[in-house]
Amino acid sequence: MTDKTFRAFMRTLSALLLTLAVALAASPSALAEEGASYPHVNINVHDRGALQRGARLFMNYCVGCHSLQYVRYNQLAGALGLTEKQVLDNLDFTGAKFREPIVSAMPEADATKWFGKVPPDLSLEVGNRGADWVAAYLKSFYLDPKTASGWNNTVLVNSAMPFPLWQLQGEQVAVMNPPEGGNAATVTELKLAHPGSLTPAQYDQAVSDLTTFLAYVSSPDELTRSHIGMWVILYLVLFTLFALVLKKEYWKDVH
Amino acid sequence: MSALVQWFNERAPGMGAAYKKHMTEYYAPKNFNFMYYFGSLALLVLVNQIVTGIFLTMFYTPSAAGAFDSVQYIMRDVNWGWLVRYMHETGASMFFIVIYLHMFRGLMYGSYKKPRELVWLLGMLIFLALMAEAFMGYVLPWGNMSFWGAKVIITLFSAVPVIGPHLVEWIMGTLSVPGDPTLNRFFALHVVALPMVLLLLVVLHLGALHEVGSNNPDGVDIKHGPKGNRWNPDAPADGIPFHPYYTLKDLVGVGVFLIICAIIIFFAPAVGGFFLEPDNLVKANPLVTPASIKPVWYFSPFYAILRAIPSKGIGVLALGGSIVALFLVPWLDRGKVKSIRFRGRSYKIALTLFVIVFLLLGSIGADVMPIWLGLVYGSNAEAIVSTNLLIARTLTVLYFAFFVFLWAYTFFGLERTKPVPERVTTHD
Repeated sequence: MTDKTFRAFMRTLSALLLTLAVALAASPSALAEEGASYPHVNINVHDRGALQRGARLFMNYCVGCHSLQYVRYNQLAGALGLTEKQVLDNLDFTGAKFREPIVSAMPEADATKWFGKVPPDLSLEVGNRGADWVAAYLKSFYLDPKTASGWNNTVLVNSAMPFPLWQLQGEQVAVMNPPEGGNAATVTELKLAHPGSLTPAQYDQAVSDLTTFLAYVSSPDELTRSHIGMWVILYLVLFTLFALVLKKEYWKDVH
Repeated sequence: MSALVQWFNERAPGMGAAYKKHMTEYYAPKNFNFMYYFGSLALLVLVNQIVTGIFLTMFYTPSAAGAFDSVQYIMRDVNWGWLVRYMHETGASMFFIVIYLHMFRGLMYGSYKKPRELVWLLGMLIFLALMAEAFMGYVLPWGNMSFWGAKVIITLFSAVPVIGPHLVEWIMGTLSVPGDPTLNRFFALHVVALPMVLLLLVVLHLGALHEVGSNNPDGVDIKHGPKGNRWNPDAPADGIPFHPYYTLKDLVGVGVFLIICAIIIFFAPAVGGFFLEPDNLVKANPLVTPASIKPVWYFSPFYAILRAIPSKGIGVLALGGSIVALFLVPWLDRGKVKSIRFRGRSYKIALTLFVIVFLLLGSIGADVMPIWLGLVYGSNAEAIVSTNLLIARTLTVLYFAFFVFLWAYTFFGLERTKPVPERVTTHD
């Protein structure tokens, strides 16, 4: 390849990469629901401590109602770096066998009776709604005497879900805008009325851990694929260099 | 070894001849540039789709009740299932990137012009088959966007006069929303019928090309130039054997292409929701419609044209027309000069505008318009978004205007071309 073609080649390549970068950068705002955006939470699914803490929170506060039907307990062991015994003793409260999926023990008929609907499976929640949404949702419950559960949520208004983490975060109340010109009252701000067992900073950390765990659950391949990807790309770069040298060798007699 | 080759050749004399005709004695112009990588890359992606598709078929369940779960099974429980699925899904999007660039190359260098009209037509048929193949494959995971996308696209056929509603029912196999029959026939078409059609068309596309020979960035027909090169006294002087010269050159292109694919597959397989959409991580649900139903990114330019027109009948006509127009390019363009290097300035401007219009239509169809509007108009963007139908319609008119211009410009002899050289000018 002459310098000229090589430059043209590099130009096109960088244009392609730039397009990709723009697409990646532009996508969150493009795909967020209309008008809604949530504070960004930094999560790292490679942080094993966060995964373990998040799993513990999930098994203590969430699995009573929500399943992770696509995840098996033995898969947790591998991802969280725990032994079979550790998982069964500390994370398996549903009586499931080691290789069985994480399914809530709550009968669907009861769930419908209690909440009006079956609580959704959370296997793909982060992939579907985004980590930012999940974290914001868990921080946005407030006391509302008008709802059946006594709780409401500013992120998912009139959510049927009672707030399971209230002992940790405490009880928030809403500061409302008075109803105006036929419009219903709106929430302007949430205030912590009764502190929970965690400080706000500790609670933020807990939500971040739980979100990290759910992010891993949503795409478990994320734990391995970047490690494999480095080697694949290294191989491909070497392959391309060899191909380039071979091509040059053959092409040197073409004038 | 040579005895074995001889034994084989005596019993299958056509094989060696075909190999020579299409590889070692297929003389391609020596001046191919970067734009000439995309044909072989398309072939590579096709092979990737078939091989990964075969493995996915082994674990996928083609039923409304089981499809979604089986995809999660592939992603989580099947060994390397996530990799195979990401390769297939990334491959689908990369197929369109490669094909769009391949088609753009044709427009740049006039590769559709005499004597290659048939090559272009067969290529357009491949594009059509590929769109059908991609659409049906997109429905198979049975996510909520798959489901509603299928409903919307199939319902387009109701615009056909008289038989419309019956046609929709016949295609869908159900009365109101897609269901098991729809999924099963899409599976059959995606896995068996359309791949065979695609392979046949690819063979014909290459056969037609090798009959007339490849065009090149100069648009000079090397078959009409001087004869005789190092390998054959009767072959074009500016031609070199496809193998080993272009097979080795394409290998470099393959390497770079695979690096880009690997970055996507291993580090960002969803590509921010463009290659894999968040709405498809919810099982198909006839009772819940996604906030906005839109096709995957590669259909978005055509979808924007459809959506720009409120009347369904005319919208569907415009959608069809936007693809038919591409079929007609060899006859709309009467210009004798092939390559953009020697064509009139107006053609260069028109083609550039056409590409920009196509990309903008794509961003509107994919609902990412507010972002680039924000870049262009700043804080005022929100107000301008409300007029977005006007923008989409303007772009639709400009899309078709390219084809009208192409005809008028060349039919009335308005183009002032530069002299075309006798021989190819550059090679790398």
